[in-house]
Amino acid sequence: MATFSIHINGSTKNIDVDPSTPMLWVLRDHFNLVGTKFGCGIAQCGACTVHLGENAVRSCQLPISAVGEQHITTIEGLSENGNHPVQQAWLEVDVYQCGYCQAGQIMTASALLKKNPNPTEEEIEGAMNGNICRCGTYTRIKKAVKKAAEINQNT
Amino acid sequence: MTHIKTKQGRRAFIKNSSLAGGGLVLGFSWFNSCKPKVAEALAVEIEMPKEWYEINGYLKIGDNGVVTIMSPNPEIGQNVRTSMPMIVADELEVDWKNVVVEQAALNTNLYSWQVAGGSRSISSSWQNLRMAGATARHMLKEAAAETWQVPVGEVTAVAGILSHEATGKSAGYGEMASAASKLEVPEEIELKEIKDFSIIGTSRKNVDGKKLVTGKPLFGIDVQREGMLIASVVHPPAFGMKLKSYDAEAIKQMPGIRDVFTIKLYDDDFKKMAFHFTAFNELIVVVGDSTWQVFQAKKALNVEWENNPEITDTMTMFGNDMKVTFPAGMENSEDHTAKLKDITSSKIKVARKDGNPEAAFKNAAKIIERSYSCPFLAHNTMEPMNFFAHVTDDHAELLGPTQTPEWMEPAVSEVLGIPLENIDIQMTRQGGGFGRRLYGHFMVEVAAISQRMKAPVKLVYTREDDMTQGIYRPAYYATYRAAFDTDKNLTAFHVRAGGIPESPLFANRFPAGAIDNYLAEDFTVDSNITTGAFRAPRSNFIAGAEQSFLDEIAEEMGKDPIDFRLELLKRADENPVGKKESNDYDASRYAGVLELVREKSNWKQAEPGVHRGVSAYFCHQSYVAQVLDIVMDNDTPVVKKVTAAIDCGIVVNPDAASNLSEGGVIDGIGHAMYSGLTFKDGMPQQSNFDRYRLIRHKEAPKMIETHFVQSEIDPTGMGEPPFPPIMGALANALYKATGQRHYQQPFIKEKQIIG
Repeated sequence: MATFSIHINGSTKNIDVDPSTPMLWVLRDHFNLVGTKFGCGIAQCGACTVHLGENAVRSCQLPISAVGEQHITTIEGLSENGNHPVQQAWLEVDVYQCGYCQAGQIMTASALLKKNPNPTEEEIEGAMNGNICRCGTYTRIKKAVKKAAEINQNT
Repeated sequence: MTHIKTKQGRRAFIKNSSLAGGGLVLGFSWFNSCKPKVAEALAVEIEMPKEWYEINGYLKIGDNGVVTIMSPNPEIGQNVRTSMPMIVADELEVDWKNVVVEQAALNTNLYSWQVAGGSRSISSSWQNLRMAGATARHMLKEAAAETWQVPVGEVTAVAGILSHEATGKSAGYGEMASAASKLEVPEEIELKEIKDFSIIGTSRKNVDGKKLVTGKPLFGIDVQREGMLIASVVHPPAFGMKLKSYDAEAIKQMPGIRDVFTIKLYDDDFKKMAFHFTAFNELIVVVGDSTWQVFQAKKALNVEWENNPEITDTMTMFGNDMKVTFPAGMENSEDHTAKLKDITSSKIKVARKDGNPEAAFKNAAKIIERSYSCPFLAHNTMEPMNFFAHVTDDHAELLGPTQTPEWMEPAVSEVLGIPLENIDIQMTRQGGGFGRRLYGHFMVEVAAISQRMKAPVKLVYTREDDMTQGIYRPAYYATYRAAFDTDKNLTAFHVRAGGIPESPLFANRFPAGAIDNYLAEDFTVDSNITTGAFRAPRSNFIAGAEQSFLDEIAEEMGKDPIDFRLELLKRADENPVGKKESNDYDASRYAGVLELVREKSNWKQAEPGVHRGVSAYFCHQSYVAQVLDIVMDNDTPVVKKVTAAIDCGIVVNPDAASNLSEGGVIDGIGHAMYSGLTFKDGMPQQSNFDRYRLIRHKEAPKMIETHFVQSEIDPTGMGEPPFPPIMGALANALYKATGQRHYQQPFIKEKQIIG
């Protein structure tokens, strides 16, 4: 066990856990930030996607010991009132079926738009390809990413 | 107006006798235990009332006019948590923005069919949901009439406002809720005319939307409680195996581990219902403080396994006993394929025979014979199996994702030795179902673990546990034959379909009834690989096989594939073979979706470079036709567009229904194209998404368009029907694009790659 000080969603939290503990489980079991989802545990499905700095990463493969001073943003911290352009677009398109994968989809999409505010269809597909949606909302996700880019440009 | 007798209905809207005096609600513990000042509904903040008045088991009205509507059924992504309350709200005649939706707990006194299965949530509750709303509307009108001393027939109710035109009086529902809750339930009420629906048939957004996009706890795996322990189970690595011995001590010392033990789920003499089924009755349980610690300890566990003997079991399925045999031995996929191909004639049973198919085949000028197959599939819900339980001496509280709370409750009761009335089961939102959560052994497991630990426990499966635990979509195999005369007329049709361990055949579905000489046969092969219902059971294979074969018949006859199907359907409609009622489908509605998809896809005028396939299927009382368009991109087929036409009766929430259609299409393309579970020495060869391939963004169609048949028929199934036929449309379009027919799923093994 070791003590870590983690910058997360704009605040700093202290925690005493095994250094190999993936951030996914630190978030879910210790910080009660359960919006980040467990899907596969091997970085294949994207349900656990969070932002490390400005990058979308798989929190199931991110040991707490590797985080250091970098800031982590989870779905709970993406915006103050749930009004991030990507969240707005998701609501407008009514993307979800079961909804379980969508936090991860939203985190991947928001990281994409930060780097590439006006992605092409191929760029959206490429960036989102690591996030599985078992219900098959892919066409809606793509529509919502485009909508979020529009909202971004109009604000 | 449709008048209906309320007494003919079910239980929920007849007032519970304990509440006969009306007044304040004390019914639903989940709601009352945490009464928020402000609830989020439909992304709009609603001011909560000071008092609630229960009108019936489906709804209560606040003193400020806000209405809480209970959604009784499990929400697995089919969007019933929005669409079921919409039906109540429409008949109640309330403004949708004043509605708050709550998930009802399992309550067999109030509700019936609290199941997510068979695409029946809406259809089985349609009448009750409407009655619940209409009864409440009527009682509110009566309360206003009494208060104002005017005839009830002169009181109108529109969007939550009661009015009396002659006296100019009006009041919100909230002002009359207390009085209405004290009234007797009327003997007869009027339902709205379909043309007067104001919410049903309009698109309403998912009531959980805001919570989903902000990561609020909604799912079973998100449950947290004071003092809660985490448990996980270890099951044998191969089918046909059981536990021999293990070394608990080595992992008991690991950090955060509280206990390691085995549970035997069901006693040998417990008579299981089919949905109680589990492949592995004896499990090793690891309990600890956190999920990661428990998962790590499981990996470090040393276990010895041994082979099972042959096992026979008797289970009940809706009152019927089923004897099931699980042979001994370690099975391999190659052996499965061989057994399905080389089925001995003694195992083949005739399911339907019309005319003289033997003679027709004997006299045929040409016969086409094709065989189709598909592998086992894991459901792979994105949320792995999990459940929470807190069991005390005489009470059990369970909370989590299940498609069958009512059917699992007796098994929980039996294993715990606690009577049914002391078991509370509540449902969370569920990260997918697809049939997997019909089989709730994990509920029984967590209950047994909590009882032993004397603590609240959340059971969590790893993805590997989830994918290797069984209850798979069976492996199927079908051989079709068609006979033609010298003029290329179709003279006979023969299907022989089987599977491990069940046959996918529906002997009385299309094209039965449309062909004079028709033979349908089925067979089964026993296995110890365990299977269960998977979205649109049996249809999820046979539709694609049949619709691919019909495409080859049409080609042989030189006919357009839609025209050919319509000719058969005309025959089945006007002059059916056998009695009309012996055919499961309505040929005119079937033709209707084909005609609609032909029009909407502009079937006869495909753009240059677009290769099209069509398919149409009936299941779960609904009709779906789909046209799939492929374009070639550097020798790689890409699905450019899918056009779907659906007849599912009245569509409650059109945009949400379109979402299900899109999901069905993508799910169907994905599983036909990429997915499969294979076995070596009884071991699943895929245990996570690195080797089990699911469809991804790049491989999905670029566009999906759904058109619904305008209908006044009561709603029929929507969750499952869009899934099966697309596999046929895909195979038929791939043939047009590449010249290659596809017979074995996943098609990727036959070389083609989409995307």
